[in-house]
Parts: sequence; C-alpha cells; structure tokens
Amino acid sequence: MSFLRNARNWLDERLEWDDLIAPLRKKTVPQHRLSYWYFLGGITLFLFVIQVLTGILLLLYYRPGANEAFESVQYIMTQVQFGWLIRSIHSWSANLMIFTAFAHMFSVLFLKAYRKPRELTWVSGVILLFLVMGFGFSGYLLPWNTLAFFATKVGTEITGQVPVIGRPMMIFLRGGEDVTGATLTRFFGFHVAVLPGLATLLILLHVLLVQRLGISVPPKLEAEWNANPAAKREMKFFPNFALRELMAWYVALGVLGALAAVFPWNLGVKADPFISAPAGIKPEWYFLFMFQTLKLIPPKVWFIDGEVLGVLGFGVIGLLWLLLPFFESDYPSRPKRWITGLAVFALAYVAGMSVYGYLAK
Amino acid sequence: MTNPSDRLPPVPRRRFVEALLSGGFLATAAAFFYPVLRYLIPPKASDLGSDSVVAGRVGELKPNSGKIFRFGSRPGLLIRTASGEYRAMSATCTHLSCTVQYRDDLHEVWCACHNGMYDLNGRNISGPPPRPLVGFEVQVRGEEIFVRRRREA
Repeated sequence: MSFLRNARNWLDERLEWDDLIAPLRKKTVPQHRLSYWYFLGGITLFLFVIQVLTGILLLLYYRPGANEAFESVQYIMTQVQFGWLIRSIHSWSANLMIFTAFAHMFSVLFLKAYRKPRELTWVSGVILLFLVMGFGFSGYLLPWNTLAFFATKVGTEITGQVPVIGRPMMIFLRGGEDVTGATLTRFFGFHVAVLPGLATLLILLHVLLVQRLGISVPPKLEAEWNANPAAKREMKFFPNFALRELMAWYVALGVLGALAAVFPWNLGVKADPFISAPAGIKPEWYFLFMFQTLKLIPPKVWFIDGEVLGVLGFGVIGLLWLLLPFFESDYPSRPKRWITGLAVFALAYVAGMSVYGYLAK
Repeated sequence: MTNPSDRLPPVPRRRFVEALLSGGFLATAAAFFYPVLRYLIPPKASDLGSDSVVAGRVGELKPNSGKIFRFGSRPGLLIRTASGEYRAMSATCTHLSCTVQYRDDLHEVWCACHNGMYDLNGRNISGPPPRPLVGFEVQVRGEEIFVRRRREA
C-alpha cells in the first residue's frame, strides 16, 4: 500500500492531483424515486467505449473496398479466433447504444433536465444522437452486403432530395453518382476517423457540462426542495453513485455478452449492384419510423414531391428538437405543459411508427 | 515647418497593417480550403457503356418472367410478358433508386424498398414513385436480345 501512496504523492507533487479530483469528491447525485434514470447516460458512454475497443479490434482484419470488404468480414467471422464474437459484440453494442441513447434522451425530456442552465448539455446530447445515427448508417454499409447496399442507396438518395444542396451532398457522400466501392471507402473514413473524432470531442463537452452544472432534479421536486431544504436528499458521487453505475455497466455487459453469443450477428449476402432489391427489405430499426413515414406520404402533396416534403419535414423537426430547451420556461414551478405533451407524442410516434414499419409488408 | 502629424496618411498605418495582415490570413485560409473543398468532390466517372447492350439470349427467359441486365454502370430490367413479347426499361426505381423486379404473380414491375408499382410499359401506377421508368428499345437479332436507349425524336 505504501507503493500506491508514494505513487500518489509523486503525482500530487507534479500535477496537483488532489486539486484535480477535488470536484469529484464534492460531487453529489440527487436521490429520489426516479434516480434510476440517471444511469442511462453512463451506460451509453460505457457502450461507446466498447464500440471503440471492438472497432479497433475489427480494424486489424477489415479491408474497405468493394472486392474485399465482404470477404474480410467473412474471414473475421469464420477464420479469426473469436472474430464472430468481436463482430457480434460490435453490432449488438451499436444497437444497444442507440437504444440507450434514445432512452437517455427521453428520460431527460420527461424529467425536464434540459431546462436552464442545461440547454447546451441538451444541444450537445442531441448532436451526439445524430452522430450516433451517423455511426449506425456508415457502419451498416461496411460489410458490403445486399441489405446494406440498398439501405445506403435509399439513405443517400433521401439526402439528394433536399432542394439546392441535396444533390452535391449526395455525390459527396457517395463519392460519385452511384453507390460503389468509392462510397464504401468514404463511409469507412467517416466511420473510423471523422465521426469518432467529433463524437469524442462532444462527449467530453457533454460530460464536462454535466460535471460543471451538477445533476438536474425534476422541477416539482426542485420546487419542493427549494421550499424545504431539509427534505433534500443526495448521495455522494464517489463512491456511492459510481459503484452503483459500475453495477449498471456490469449488467449492461452481461446483457451484451449474452445477446452477442446467443444471437450472433448475420453477415447476409454480398452486395451486387445488378440484382433486384430483395422483398421485405427494411432499414435498421432506428430508422424505421422515418422510413415508414416516407412510405406513407403520397408522391405529390399539393405541388411538392412527397419525398422532398418528408425530408424537409424531418430536417425542420430535427432542428426544432435541438433547440427545444429554449422554448421552456426558466422557472421550475411553471414548466411548459405543451413540451411534456410533445414528448409523449414524439415517443408514441417513434415507437408506433417503428412497430408499424416492422410489421408492414 | 510642418508638424509630423499633419503628414499622416488618411488611413492610419496601424489600420493599413491590420488590413494587410488579415487580408493575408484570409488569402492563406482560402488557399488551404479551396483545394480541400475541391478534393472532397469526386471526379466525374465517364460512363463507358455504349448505347446498346446484349441483355439476354432468346430462350433464356420464359414467358411471364424478368431479369436484371447490366446497362453500362446501371441495372436494366428485361421482361418477357405472358404473351411472349419483350420489354426493357431502366431498373432504377424513380422513387429512391432501389433496383426493381418483375412480379410474375401480379404481371407488374415492383420495387421492394417502398412498395412502388409500375406497369409493363414502366408507367408508375401505385406507391411512391413520382415518374415512370425510362423505357428502352428491344430488338431480337438472331439469338441475341439487344436493348438500346430510345433516340429522342
């Protein structure tokens, strides 16, 4: 133990270590019956770290390129020892991470944690959610199978529907007019370099803001605690909350390991630009609600193309979603009711449309 | 004797240096970003596909069936109708550019991605497609089925 103490003293003399971790010692987490929801952000972060680690492992064997990508993933899954497990964990963890990110967002929405002064935490979080969906979209193409090929074709074509800037954006994403090996190379670059860099920066900002501002309390409770400070209950972040969070991560790891081992991720059939789109083709579940909405919009609404309307609609909604905290009242005792209503509607819409899209032919 | 301050130029020296420096920085930034932006735009691929390809062989397709063929870098759809007639059209759905297929149970062209339907002339008849599929001319010469782009009249 004296070695540890010496190492600690050595660091303290050089980095003023004790000052650095002082805020962590003082940090507390509010304790109430909804405290469980505070774990979701941490679980999402944990899954992101798993993505980085398994992603690096996959990079050892993966080769981007229309003639190699599918074969290299096949090689990972059949020849490399435990390759199937690493890839399966990467795919499952990606899906779980998107799920926990959505759950985290809705919990923040319902607990009204985005209110002043945490607007920027919300904004960085929503941008992170968009980035995570970008990770999903770009990573989905990398095995170069049929489903991914058509999903990318449709997804990039949707970008192309945006007036004026749409087409150049589509060509930029595809690396040409069509989805080809050039698209794969670009998506690979986005997936392993551009997006991880951006996401890491934003995660740092997001976590820093959480540290700086402390953890939010639902407005009703906040008003109660303000009126009667004696009723306030908190737990220390370290070690009390951190250990609980660690247990949550352990559970997440268990769920992830079980899913990855029991339901290994499929590879599918190699992409071929000269076959028809297979019947029953659908995007990944987290794009289903948008997919189903686009499917239901008629080809022409008044004089606007249905697609253009859908894409612009989702664009505007995404932007307003990002700015949501700025519509909320500054007073915890008078939260805006319509925002809660909107949150309920959004959750019902996303969930309902996803199920509908899943069941629809 | 004139006071030195009387001879100051209308633009003070400091402003001049500032303008020179910031102009220089802007020019440097432009010199960095212009090549990067141009680099991001992929070069135009020349479509080497000719105006006419062999899409299949006589006898390859049974009546009431279809197949995808390669037309340059894009897929085309060759159909043999129930009455034995050949039709050819672009296989790229006009909705979000999935690749369509012939449905022998419906005698129609169907896109699996968003349930778009076209008739045997490529006309969009139901679902989201906004425009008909581009039709091609079919010629049977000997054993081979040639498909060519329609000439604009």
